[in-house]
Amino acid sequence: MDPLVLLFLSSGLFLGWALGANDAANVFGTAVGTKMVKWRTAAIICSIFVILGAVISGAGTSGTLGKLGAITALPGAFMTAMSAAVAVFMMTKSGLPVSTSQAIVGAIIGWNFFSGSPTDINTLTKILITWILCPVLAAAIAIFLFKVLKFFSRRVKLHMVMADAYTRVALLFAGAFGAYALGANNIANVVGVFIPANPLPVLQLGPYLVSSTQQLFMLGGLAIALGVFTYSRGVMMTVGGNLGRLSPTAAFIAVTAHSIVLFIFASRGLEAWLAGNGLPTIPLVPVSSSQAVVGAIVGISILQGATGIRWSVLGRIVAGWIATPFVAGLLSFIGLFFLQNVFNLVVI
Amino acid sequence: MKTSLHLFRRTKELEQKIDSFFDKISEAAVIYRLAVRVYLKEGLNEDFQERLDRVNALESDADKLRREIEQQLYSNTLIPDSRGDVLGLIETADQLLSQFEGSLWAFTIEQPDIPEEFRDGYKKLTGMVVKAVDELGLGARAFFRSPHDVPAYNHKVMLYEKEADIISTNLKKAIFASDLELARKLHLREFVEQIDGVADMAEDVADRLAIYAIKRLV
Repeated sequence: MDPLVLLFLSSGLFLGWALGANDAANVFGTAVGTKMVKWRTAAIICSIFVILGAVISGAGTSGTLGKLGAITALPGAFMTAMSAAVAVFMMTKSGLPVSTSQAIVGAIIGWNFFSGSPTDINTLTKILITWILCPVLAAAIAIFLFKVLKFFSRRVKLHMVMADAYTRVALLFAGAFGAYALGANNIANVVGVFIPANPLPVLQLGPYLVSSTQQLFMLGGLAIALGVFTYSRGVMMTVGGNLGRLSPTAAFIAVTAHSIVLFIFASRGLEAWLAGNGLPTIPLVPVSSSQAVVGAIVGISILQGATGIRWSVLGRIVAGWIATPFVAGLLSFIGLFFLQNVFNLVVI
Repeated sequence: MKTSLHLFRRTKELEQKIDSFFDKISEAAVIYRLAVRVYLKEGLNEDFQERLDRVNALESDADKLRREIEQQLYSNTLIPDSRGDVLGLIETADQLLSQFEGSLWAFTIEQPDIPEEFRDGYKKLTGMVVKAVDELGLGARAFFRSPHDVPAYNHKVMLYEKEADIISTNLKKAIFASDLELARKLHLREFVEQIDGVADMAEDVADRLAIYAIKRLV
Protein backbone atom coordinates (compact mmCIF):
# COMPACT_ATOMS: atom_id res chain seq x y z
CA MET A 1 0.00 0.00 0.00
CA ASP A 2 1.22 3.46 -0.88
CA PRO A 3 2.29 5.21 2.38
CA LEU A 4 0.86 8.43 0.93
CA VAL A 5 -2.58 6.83 1.24
CA LEU A 6 -2.19 6.69 5.01
CA LEU A 7 -1.06 10.31 5.04
CA PHE A 8 -4.16 11.31 3.09
CA LEU A 9 -6.38 9.25 5.38
CA SER A 10 -4.89 10.92 8.46
CA SER A 11 -7.30 13.87 8.35
CA GLY A 12 -10.28 11.49 8.49
CA LEU A 13 -8.66 9.48 11.24
CA PHE A 14 -8.07 12.69 13.18
CA LEU A 15 -11.78 13.52 12.78
CA GLY A 16 -12.53 10.01 14.08
CA TRP A 17 -10.27 10.54 17.06
CA ALA A 18 -12.00 13.85 17.87
CA LEU A 19 -15.40 12.17 17.51
CA GLY A 20 -14.43 9.41 19.94
CA ALA A 21 -12.95 11.92 22.38
CA ASN A 22 -16.07 14.10 22.43
CA ASP A 23 -19.10 12.00 21.56
CA ALA A 24 -18.37 8.98 23.77
CA ALA A 25 -19.42 11.31 26.59
CA ASN A 26 -22.91 11.57 25.07
CA VAL A 27 -23.24 7.82 25.37
CA PHE A 28 -21.53 7.11 28.69
CA GLY A 29 -20.89 10.57 30.19
CA THR A 30 -23.59 10.65 32.85
CA ALA A 31 -23.14 6.97 33.72
CA VAL A 32 -19.44 7.52 34.34
CA GLY A 33 -19.85 11.02 35.84
CA THR A 34 -22.35 9.72 38.42
CA LYS A 35 -20.09 6.71 39.15
CA MET A 36 -22.77 4.25 38.02
CA VAL A 37 -20.35 2.74 35.48
CA LYS A 38 -16.56 2.61 35.70
CA TRP A 39 -14.76 4.59 33.00
CA ARG A 40 -12.70 1.57 31.92
CA THR A 41 -15.82 -0.57 31.46
CA ALA A 42 -17.48 2.26 29.55
CA ALA A 43 -14.43 2.79 27.32
CA ILE A 44 -14.14 -0.91 26.44
CA ILE A 45 -17.85 -1.34 25.66
CA CYS A 46 -17.95 1.95 23.78
CA SER A 47 -14.96 1.06 21.59
CA ILE A 48 -16.19 -2.43 20.72
CA PHE A 49 -19.68 -1.28 19.81
CA VAL A 50 -18.56 1.81 17.91
CA ILE A 51 -16.42 -0.42 15.67
CA LEU A 52 -19.26 -2.95 15.27
CA GLY A 53 -21.73 -0.20 14.39
CA ALA A 54 -19.33 1.33 11.88
CA VAL A 55 -18.47 -1.93 10.14
CA ILE A 56 -21.96 -3.51 10.16
CA SER A 57 -24.26 -0.51 9.67
CA GLY A 58 -22.06 2.34 8.46
CA ALA A 59 -22.90 2.09 4.77
CA GLY A 60 -26.29 3.85 4.88
CA THR A 61 -25.18 7.32 5.93
CA SER A 62 -21.98 7.03 3.87
CA GLY A 63 -24.13 6.49 0.80
CA THR A 64 -25.99 9.74 1.45
CA LEU A 65 -22.75 11.72 1.77
CA GLY A 66 -21.58 10.09 -1.45
CA LYS A 67 -24.72 11.39 -3.18
CA LEU A 68 -24.00 14.88 -1.90
CA GLY A 69 -20.55 14.86 -3.44
CA ALA A 70 -18.52 11.95 -4.79
CA ILE A 71 -14.88 12.90 -4.21
CA THR A 72 -12.86 10.49 -6.31
CA ALA A 73 -9.38 12.02 -5.83
CA LEU A 74 -7.70 11.08 -2.56
CA PRO A 75 -6.01 14.49 -1.96
CA GLY A 76 -9.42 16.13 -2.43
CA ALA A 77 -10.95 13.80 0.16
CA PHE A 78 -8.02 14.55 2.48
CA MET A 79 -8.61 18.29 2.29
CA THR A 80 -12.37 17.89 2.71
CA ALA A 81 -11.94 15.88 5.92
CA MET A 82 -9.18 18.21 7.08
CA SER A 83 -11.41 21.27 6.59
CA ALA A 84 -14.15 19.60 8.60
CA ALA A 85 -11.67 18.77 11.37
CA VAL A 86 -10.30 22.33 11.47
CA ALA A 87 -13.84 23.76 11.47
CA VAL A 88 -14.73 21.49 14.39
CA PHE A 89 -11.60 22.65 16.23
CA MET A 90 -12.32 26.35 15.55
CA MET A 91 -15.95 26.08 16.59
CA THR A 92 -15.00 24.24 19.78
CA LYS A 93 -12.43 26.91 20.58
CA SER A 94 -15.03 29.67 20.12
CA GLY A 95 -17.42 27.82 22.43
CA LEU A 96 -20.07 26.99 19.84
CA PRO A 97 -21.69 23.56 19.98
CA VAL A 98 -20.28 21.71 17.03
CA SER A 99 -21.12 18.62 15.10
CA THR A 100 -18.79 16.67 12.83
CA SER A 101 -21.85 15.84 10.69
CA GLN A 102 -22.45 19.49 9.92
CA ALA A 103 -18.77 20.17 9.36
CA ILE A 104 -18.32 17.36 6.84
CA VAL A 105 -21.45 18.32 4.89
CA GLY A 106 -20.19 21.92 4.67
CA ALA A 107 -16.77 20.69 3.56
CA ILE A 108 -18.28 18.47 0.83
CA ILE A 109 -20.32 21.39 -0.48
CA GLY A 110 -17.08 23.39 -0.49
CA TRP A 111 -15.54 20.67 -2.66
CA ASN A 112 -18.61 20.76 -4.94
CA PHE A 113 -18.16 24.50 -5.40
CA PHE A 114 -14.46 24.13 -6.07
CA SER A 115 -14.86 21.29 -8.52
CA GLY A 116 -17.88 22.84 -10.20
CA SER A 117 -19.96 19.74 -9.45
CA PRO A 118 -23.65 20.44 -8.85
CA THR A 119 -24.87 19.87 -5.28
CA ASP A 120 -27.83 17.51 -5.20
CA ILE A 121 -30.46 19.83 -3.72
CA ASN A 122 -32.76 16.92 -2.95
CA THR A 123 -30.10 15.23 -0.81
CA LEU A 124 -29.10 18.52 0.82
CA THR A 125 -32.72 19.30 1.73
CA LYS A 126 -33.06 15.84 3.24
CA ILE A 127 -29.94 16.42 5.32
CA LEU A 128 -31.04 19.85 6.52
CA ILE A 129 -34.50 18.63 7.54
CA THR A 130 -32.92 15.71 9.38
CA TRP A 131 -30.70 18.01 11.41
CA ILE A 132 -33.72 19.92 12.70
CA LEU A 133 -35.69 16.73 13.15
CA CYS A 134 -32.91 15.01 15.13
CA PRO A 135 -33.19 16.90 18.47
CA VAL A 136 -36.97 17.24 18.12
CA LEU A 137 -37.37 13.50 17.59
CA ALA A 138 -34.97 12.77 20.46
CA ALA A 139 -37.09 15.00 22.73
CA ALA A 140 -40.30 13.22 21.67
CA ILE A 141 -38.79 9.76 22.20
CA ALA A 142 -37.39 10.81 25.60
CA ILE A 143 -40.81 12.07 26.70
CA PHE A 144 -42.41 8.79 25.62
CA LEU A 145 -39.75 6.66 27.37
CA PHE A 146 -40.00 8.77 30.52
CA LYS A 147 -43.76 8.26 30.70
CA VAL A 148 -43.47 4.52 30.12
CA LEU A 149 -40.75 4.16 32.75
CA LYS A 150 -42.71 6.22 35.28
CA PHE A 151 -45.83 4.11 34.63
CA PHE A 152 -43.96 0.88 35.33
CA SER A 153 -41.84 2.13 38.25
CA ARG A 154 -45.03 3.21 40.07
CA ARG A 155 -46.45 -0.26 39.70
CA VAL A 156 -43.42 -2.48 40.16
CA LYS A 157 -42.22 -0.69 43.34
CA LEU A 158 -38.65 -1.94 43.22
CA HIS A 159 -36.47 -1.27 46.23
CA MET A 160 -34.18 1.72 45.67
CA VAL A 161 -30.98 -0.33 45.77
CA MET A 162 -32.40 -2.97 43.42
CA ALA A 163 -33.61 -0.25 41.04
CA ASP A 164 -30.05 1.12 41.20
CA ALA A 165 -28.63 -2.26 40.15
CA TYR A 166 -31.08 -2.53 37.24
CA THR A 167 -30.26 1.05 36.21
CA ARG A 168 -26.54 0.20 36.13
CA VAL A 169 -27.17 -2.76 33.83
CA ALA A 170 -29.60 -0.68 31.74
CA LEU A 171 -27.00 2.09 31.40
CA LEU A 172 -24.48 -0.45 30.12
CA PHE A 173 -26.93 -1.80 27.51
CA ALA A 174 -28.06 1.71 26.54
CA GLY A 175 -24.41 2.74 26.26
CA ALA A 176 -23.57 -0.26 24.07
CA PHE A 177 -26.57 0.49 21.83
CA GLY A 178 -25.60 4.18 21.83
CA ALA A 179 -22.03 3.37 20.80
CA TYR A 180 -23.29 1.06 18.04
CA ALA A 181 -25.67 3.75 16.77
CA LEU A 182 -22.90 6.37 16.99
CA GLY A 183 -20.56 4.17 14.95
CA ALA A 184 -23.28 3.39 12.40
CA ASN A 185 -24.46 6.96 12.01
CA ASN A 186 -21.24 8.95 12.31
CA ILE A 187 -18.64 6.75 10.62
CA ALA A 188 -19.66 8.47 7.39
CA ASN A 189 -18.29 11.73 8.80
CA VAL A 190 -14.96 10.09 9.48
CA VAL A 191 -14.27 8.05 6.35
CA GLY A 192 -17.30 8.71 4.10
CA VAL A 193 -15.46 11.18 1.85
CA PHE A 194 -12.71 8.63 1.15
CA ILE A 195 -15.04 5.86 -0.04
CA PRO A 196 -15.49 7.01 -3.67
CA ALA A 197 -11.68 7.31 -4.09
CA ASN A 198 -11.38 3.60 -3.23
CA PRO A 199 -7.91 4.05 -1.73
CA LEU A 200 -7.22 0.63 -0.19
CA PRO A 201 -6.60 -2.63 -2.07
CA VAL A 202 -9.01 -5.51 -1.42
CA LEU A 203 -7.73 -7.65 1.43
CA GLN A 204 -7.95 -11.42 1.40
CA LEU A 205 -8.58 -12.79 4.90
CA GLY A 206 -8.84 -16.57 4.47
CA PRO A 207 -12.02 -17.15 2.50
CA TYR A 208 -13.20 -13.56 3.05
CA LEU A 209 -12.56 -10.55 0.89
CA VAL A 210 -12.47 -7.25 2.78
CA SER A 211 -13.28 -4.34 0.51
CA SER A 212 -11.71 -0.89 0.64
CA THR A 213 -14.92 0.50 2.16
CA GLN A 214 -14.99 -2.15 4.89
CA GLN A 215 -11.35 -1.47 5.71
CA LEU A 216 -12.09 2.25 5.88
CA PHE A 217 -14.98 1.63 8.27
CA MET A 218 -12.70 -0.53 10.40
CA LEU A 219 -9.94 2.08 10.43
CA GLY A 220 -12.42 4.86 11.22
CA GLY A 221 -13.90 2.76 14.01
CA LEU A 222 -10.44 2.17 15.45
CA ALA A 223 -9.71 5.92 15.29
CA ILE A 224 -12.93 6.61 17.22
CA ALA A 225 -11.98 3.93 19.76
CA LEU A 226 -8.56 5.55 20.14
CA GLY A 227 -10.28 8.87 20.84
CA VAL A 228 -12.42 7.15 23.48
CA PHE A 229 -9.42 5.64 25.23
CA THR A 230 -7.05 8.59 25.05
CA TYR A 231 -9.24 11.60 25.64
CA SER A 232 -12.85 10.85 26.61
CA ARG A 233 -12.30 10.43 30.35
CA GLY A 234 -12.12 14.13 31.19
CA VAL A 235 -15.03 14.91 28.86
CA MET A 236 -17.14 12.21 30.50
CA MET A 237 -16.36 13.53 33.97
CA THR A 238 -17.45 17.05 33.09
CA VAL A 239 -20.40 16.24 30.84
CA GLY A 240 -22.79 16.11 33.80
CA GLY A 241 -22.00 19.71 34.66
CA ASN A 242 -22.50 20.90 31.11
CA LEU A 243 -25.84 19.23 30.62
CA GLY A 244 -27.20 19.95 34.09
CA ARG A 245 -27.51 17.34 36.81
CA LEU A 246 -29.18 14.23 35.53
CA SER A 247 -30.40 11.35 37.64
CA PRO A 248 -29.16 7.94 36.46
CA THR A 249 -32.70 7.08 35.27
CA ALA A 250 -32.94 10.32 33.29
CA ALA A 251 -29.48 9.58 31.89
CA PHE A 252 -30.67 6.16 30.75
CA ILE A 253 -33.66 7.75 29.00
CA ALA A 254 -31.51 10.45 27.38
CA VAL A 255 -28.96 7.94 26.08
CA THR A 256 -31.64 5.55 24.81
CA ALA A 257 -33.56 8.32 23.03
CA HIS A 258 -30.30 9.59 21.50
CA SER A 259 -29.36 6.09 20.36
CA ILE A 260 -32.77 5.37 18.83
CA VAL A 261 -32.56 8.61 16.82
CA LEU A 262 -29.04 7.89 15.58
CA PHE A 263 -30.01 4.33 14.75
CA ILE A 264 -33.19 5.38 12.89
CA PHE A 265 -31.14 7.73 10.70
CA ALA A 266 -28.55 5.03 9.99
CA SER A 267 -30.43 1.76 9.63
CA ARG A 268 -30.70 0.31 6.16
CA GLY A 269 -32.71 -2.56 7.63
CA LEU A 270 -35.34 -0.18 8.95
CA GLU A 271 -35.36 1.66 5.64
CA ALA A 272 -35.94 -1.60 3.76
CA TRP A 273 -38.67 -2.67 6.18
CA LEU A 274 -40.51 0.65 5.86
CA ALA A 275 -40.20 0.55 2.06
CA GLY A 276 -41.37 -3.07 2.01
CA ASN A 277 -44.50 -2.12 3.96
CA GLY A 278 -45.29 0.82 1.70
CA LEU A 279 -44.40 3.34 4.41
CA PRO A 280 -42.40 6.53 3.86
CA THR A 281 -38.69 5.85 4.46
CA ILE A 282 -36.43 7.76 6.81
CA PRO A 283 -33.38 9.37 5.19
CA LEU A 284 -30.04 7.88 6.21
CA VAL A 285 -28.15 10.96 7.29
CA PRO A 286 -25.28 11.52 9.73
CA VAL A 287 -26.70 13.59 12.59
CA SER A 288 -25.19 15.22 15.65
CA SER A 289 -24.92 12.95 18.66
CA SER A 290 -24.59 15.94 21.00
CA GLN A 291 -27.71 17.60 19.66
CA ALA A 292 -29.67 14.36 19.98
CA VAL A 293 -28.69 14.14 23.66
CA VAL A 294 -29.49 17.81 24.29
CA GLY A 295 -32.87 17.31 22.58
CA ALA A 296 -33.61 14.31 24.81
CA ILE A 297 -32.67 16.24 27.96
CA VAL A 298 -34.86 19.18 26.92
CA GLY A 299 -37.71 16.67 26.43
CA ILE A 300 -37.25 15.30 29.95
CA SER A 301 -37.02 18.84 31.38
CA ILE A 302 -40.26 19.85 29.68
CA LEU A 303 -41.99 16.82 31.19
CA GLN A 304 -40.66 17.66 34.63
CA GLY A 305 -42.19 21.10 34.29
CA ALA A 306 -39.01 23.05 33.69
CA THR A 307 -40.04 26.61 33.08
CA GLY A 308 -36.64 27.93 32.10
CA ILE A 309 -35.54 26.40 28.84
CA ARG A 310 -32.29 28.17 28.14
CA TRP A 311 -33.08 29.81 24.84
CA SER A 312 -29.51 31.06 24.65
CA VAL A 313 -28.31 27.42 24.48
CA LEU A 314 -30.88 26.66 21.79
CA GLY A 315 -29.82 29.81 19.94
CA ARG A 316 -26.20 28.67 20.05
CA ILE A 317 -27.14 25.28 18.62
CA VAL A 318 -28.90 26.99 15.70
CA ALA A 319 -25.91 29.32 15.27
CA GLY A 320 -23.71 26.20 15.18
CA TRP A 321 -25.95 24.68 12.49
CA ILE A 322 -25.34 27.68 10.27
CA ALA A 323 -21.75 28.56 11.17
CA THR A 324 -20.19 25.08 11.15
CA PRO A 325 -21.02 24.05 7.56
CA PHE A 326 -20.29 27.56 6.32
CA VAL A 327 -16.83 27.69 7.93
CA ALA A 328 -16.03 24.11 6.85
CA GLY A 329 -17.15 24.86 3.29
CA LEU A 330 -15.03 27.98 3.08
CA LEU A 331 -11.97 26.21 4.52
CA SER A 332 -12.49 23.34 2.09
CA PHE A 333 -12.64 25.67 -0.89
CA ILE A 334 -9.51 27.57 0.13
CA GLY A 335 -7.62 24.41 1.12
CA LEU A 336 -8.44 22.68 -2.18
CA PHE A 337 -7.23 25.73 -4.07
CA PHE A 338 -3.90 25.57 -2.27
CA LEU A 339 -3.55 21.82 -2.70
CA GLN A 340 -4.20 22.10 -6.42
CA ASN A 341 -2.26 25.22 -7.21
CA VAL A 342 0.60 25.19 -4.71
CA PHE A 343 1.21 21.45 -4.31
CA ASN A 344 0.03 20.49 -7.78
CA LEU A 345 -2.12 17.66 -6.48
CA VAL A 346 -5.20 16.30 -8.23
CA VAL A 347 -8.12 17.14 -5.98
CA ILE A 348 -11.08 16.63 -8.31
CA MET B 1 -22.39 -11.91 33.47
CA LYS B 2 -20.58 -12.97 36.64
CA THR B 3 -20.17 -9.31 37.60
CA SER B 4 -23.89 -8.69 37.06
CA LEU B 5 -24.84 -11.66 39.25
CA HIS B 6 -22.42 -10.44 41.91
CA LEU B 7 -23.97 -6.97 41.69
CA PHE B 8 -27.49 -8.34 42.15
CA ARG B 9 -26.48 -10.60 45.06
CA ARG B 10 -24.77 -7.69 46.81
CA THR B 11 -27.77 -5.49 46.16
CA LYS B 12 -30.19 -8.06 47.56
CA GLU B 13 -28.08 -8.30 50.73
CA LEU B 14 -28.09 -4.53 51.13
CA GLU B 15 -31.84 -4.37 50.55
CA GLN B 16 -32.34 -6.96 53.31
CA LYS B 17 -30.06 -5.05 55.68
CA ILE B 18 -31.97 -1.80 55.16
CA ASP B 19 -35.31 -3.56 55.69
CA SER B 20 -33.91 -5.31 58.74
CA PHE B 21 -32.73 -1.98 60.18
CA PHE B 22 -36.24 -0.52 60.05
CA ASP B 23 -37.64 -3.80 61.44
CA LYS B 24 -35.45 -3.26 64.51
CA ILE B 25 -36.92 0.21 65.04
CA SER B 26 -40.53 -1.02 64.76
CA GLU B 27 -39.74 -3.92 67.07
CA ALA B 28 -38.04 -1.65 69.62
CA ALA B 29 -41.07 0.68 69.57
CA VAL B 30 -43.44 -2.21 70.42
CA ILE B 31 -41.18 -3.47 73.21
CA TYR B 32 -40.77 0.07 74.56
CA ARG B 33 -44.54 0.43 74.87
CA LEU B 34 -44.79 -2.94 76.64
CA ALA B 35 -41.94 -2.04 78.99
CA VAL B 36 -43.56 1.28 80.02
CA ARG B 37 -46.87 -0.53 80.53
CA VAL B 38 -45.18 -3.10 82.77
CA TYR B 39 -43.52 -0.31 84.76
CA LEU B 40 -46.80 1.58 85.19
CA LYS B 41 -48.59 -1.58 86.32
CA GLU B 42 -45.98 -3.47 88.30
CA GLY B 43 -42.95 -1.17 88.72
CA LEU B 44 -39.43 -2.34 88.14
CA ASN B 45 -39.39 -6.14 87.83
CA GLU B 46 -37.84 -8.96 85.80
CA ASP B 47 -40.37 -8.50 83.05
CA PHE B 48 -39.32 -4.85 82.64
CA GLN B 49 -35.64 -5.77 82.79
CA GLU B 50 -36.11 -8.44 80.12
CA ARG B 51 -37.69 -5.84 77.83
CA LEU B 52 -34.94 -3.34 78.50
CA ASP B 53 -32.39 -6.02 77.58
CA ARG B 54 -34.23 -6.66 74.31
CA VAL B 55 -34.25 -2.97 73.43
CA ASN B 56 -30.51 -2.84 74.24
CA ALA B 57 -29.87 -5.81 71.98
CA LEU B 58 -31.95 -4.26 69.19
CA GLU B 59 -30.00 -1.01 69.51
CA SER B 60 -26.67 -2.84 69.19
CA ASP B 61 -27.93 -4.88 66.22
CA ALA B 62 -29.19 -1.73 64.50
CA ASP B 63 -25.84 -0.01 65.10
CA LYS B 64 -24.05 -2.95 63.53
CA LEU B 65 -26.42 -2.89 60.56
CA ARG B 66 -26.00 0.86 60.16
CA ARG B 67 -22.23 0.48 59.97
CA GLU B 68 -22.49 -2.39 57.49
CA ILE B 69 -24.92 -0.42 55.31
CA GLU B 70 -22.64 2.63 55.37
CA GLN B 71 -19.62 0.53 54.53
CA GLN B 72 -21.38 -1.30 51.70
CA LEU B 73 -22.85 1.87 50.20
CA TYR B 74 -19.49 3.58 50.03
CA SER B 75 -17.12 0.74 49.24
CA ASN B 76 -19.32 -0.55 46.41
CA THR B 77 -20.37 2.96 45.27
CA LEU B 78 -24.03 1.93 45.33
CA ILE B 79 -26.90 4.41 44.79
CA PRO B 80 -24.36 7.23 44.27
CA ASP B 81 -27.18 9.71 43.80
CA SER B 82 -29.04 9.00 47.05
CA ARG B 83 -26.57 7.40 49.40
CA GLY B 84 -26.04 10.63 51.36
CA ASP B 85 -29.79 10.82 51.95
CA VAL B 86 -30.04 7.14 52.85
CA LEU B 87 -27.22 7.47 55.38
CA GLY B 88 -28.79 10.65 56.80
CA LEU B 89 -32.09 8.83 57.20
CA ILE B 90 -30.52 5.79 58.82
CA GLU B 91 -28.37 7.82 61.19
CA THR B 92 -31.27 9.97 62.42
CA ALA B 93 -33.59 6.96 62.67
CA ASP B 94 -30.89 5.22 64.71
CA GLN B 95 -31.20 8.00 67.30
CA LEU B 96 -34.76 6.86 67.95
CA LEU B 97 -33.40 3.57 69.24
CA SER B 98 -31.01 5.42 71.52
CA GLN B 99 -33.95 7.47 72.79
CA PHE B 100 -35.95 4.28 73.57
CA GLU B 101 -32.97 2.79 75.32
CA GLY B 102 -32.16 5.98 77.25
CA SER B 103 -35.75 6.36 78.38
CA LEU B 104 -35.95 2.81 79.71
CA TRP B 105 -32.59 3.22 81.48
CA ALA B 106 -33.96 6.37 83.12
CA PHE B 107 -36.93 4.34 84.46
CA THR B 108 -34.45 1.79 85.83
CA ILE B 109 -32.11 4.30 87.46
CA GLU B 110 -34.52 6.98 88.64
CA GLN B 111 -37.54 4.73 89.35
CA PRO B 112 -40.12 7.53 89.23
CA ASP B 113 -43.02 7.06 91.61
CA ILE B 114 -46.01 7.68 89.32
CA PRO B 115 -49.32 8.21 91.15
CA GLU B 116 -52.26 6.09 90.05
CA GLU B 117 -54.26 9.04 88.60
CA PHE B 118 -51.52 9.87 86.09
CA ARG B 119 -50.73 6.37 84.90
CA ASP B 120 -53.42 6.36 82.23
CA GLY B 121 -51.98 9.59 80.82
CA TYR B 122 -48.50 8.05 80.59
CA LYS B 123 -49.95 4.95 78.96
CA LYS B 124 -51.84 6.99 76.37
CA LEU B 125 -48.79 9.16 75.70
CA THR B 126 -46.58 6.09 75.18
CA GLY B 127 -49.19 4.55 72.85
CA MET B 128 -49.33 7.74 70.79
CA VAL B 129 -45.55 8.18 70.39
CA VAL B 130 -45.20 4.53 69.39
CA LYS B 131 -47.89 5.06 66.73
CA ALA B 132 -45.86 7.99 65.39
CA VAL B 133 -42.76 5.77 65.21
CA ASP B 134 -44.75 2.99 63.50
CA GLU B 135 -45.93 5.36 60.80
CA LEU B 136 -42.40 6.69 60.40
CA GLY B 137 -41.17 3.13 59.87
CA LEU B 138 -43.79 2.62 57.15
CA GLY B 139 -42.83 5.95 55.58
CA ALA B 140 -39.15 5.03 55.61
CA ARG B 141 -39.88 1.72 53.90
CA ALA B 142 -42.04 3.55 51.34
CA PHE B 143 -39.15 5.91 50.67
CA PHE B 144 -37.16 2.99 49.28
CA ARG B 145 -39.92 1.49 47.15
CA SER B 146 -42.54 4.12 46.34
CA PRO B 147 -41.42 7.62 47.39
CA HIS B 148 -44.70 9.16 46.23
CA ASP B 149 -46.42 7.36 49.16
CA VAL B 150 -44.14 8.97 51.77
CA PRO B 151 -46.25 12.16 52.31
CA ALA B 152 -49.27 10.06 53.38
CA TYR B 153 -47.24 8.35 56.14
CA ASN B 154 -45.53 11.57 57.13
CA HIS B 155 -48.91 13.21 57.53
CA LYS B 156 -49.82 10.56 60.09
CA VAL B 157 -46.52 10.98 61.92
CA MET B 158 -47.30 14.70 62.29
CA LEU B 159 -50.83 13.92 63.41
CA TYR B 160 -49.70 11.51 66.13
CA GLU B 161 -46.94 13.86 67.22
CA LYS B 162 -49.50 16.65 67.69
CA GLU B 163 -51.78 14.28 69.62
CA ALA B 164 -48.82 13.29 71.80
CA ASP B 165 -48.15 16.99 72.45
CA ILE B 166 -51.76 17.51 73.55
CA ILE B 167 -51.62 14.49 75.87
CA SER B 168 -48.28 15.55 77.34
CA THR B 169 -49.45 19.15 77.90
CA ASN B 170 -52.61 17.96 79.66
CA LEU B 171 -50.61 15.48 81.69
CA LYS B 172 -48.12 18.15 82.77
CA LYS B 173 -51.00 20.51 83.65
CA ALA B 174 -52.58 17.81 85.77
CA ILE B 175 -49.26 17.03 87.48
CA PHE B 176 -48.61 20.65 88.37
CA ALA B 177 -52.22 21.18 89.50
CA SER B 178 -51.85 18.30 91.98
CA ASP B 179 -50.77 18.51 95.63
CA LEU B 180 -47.49 16.71 95.05
CA GLU B 181 -44.17 18.19 96.14
CA LEU B 182 -42.46 20.36 93.56
CA ALA B 183 -39.48 18.00 93.30
CA ARG B 184 -41.78 15.10 92.48
CA LYS B 185 -43.75 17.21 90.01
CA LEU B 186 -40.50 18.06 88.25
CA HIS B 187 -39.46 14.43 88.25
CA LEU B 188 -42.79 13.34 86.76
CA ARG B 189 -42.60 16.11 84.16
CA GLU B 190 -39.14 14.94 83.18
CA PHE B 191 -40.54 11.52 82.27
CA VAL B 192 -43.47 13.04 80.35
CA GLU B 193 -40.99 15.03 78.29
CA GLN B 194 -38.73 12.05 77.79
CA ILE B 195 -41.56 9.93 76.36
CA ASP B 196 -42.92 12.83 74.30
CA GLY B 197 -39.38 13.39 73.01
CA VAL B 198 -39.66 10.14 71.04
CA ALA B 199 -42.54 11.61 68.99
CA ASP B 200 -40.63 14.86 68.47
CA MET B 201 -37.69 12.88 67.20
CA ALA B 202 -39.95 10.86 64.90
CA GLU B 203 -41.24 14.15 63.52
CA ASP B 204 -37.69 15.37 62.87
CA VAL B 205 -36.87 12.19 60.97
CA ALA B 206 -40.15 12.53 59.03
CA ASP B 207 -39.19 16.08 58.03
CA ARG B 208 -35.92 14.84 56.61
CA LEU B 209 -37.69 11.96 54.93
CA ALA B 210 -40.09 14.39 53.23
CA ILE B 211 -37.18 16.24 51.62
CA TYR B 212 -35.40 13.03 50.59
CA ALA B 213 -38.61 11.74 49.03
CA ILE B 214 -39.16 14.97 47.08
CA LYS B 215 -35.59 14.72 45.79
CA ARG B 216 -36.28 11.19 44.55
CA LEU B 217 -39.45 12.27 42.79
CA VAL B 218 -37.85 15.17 40.92
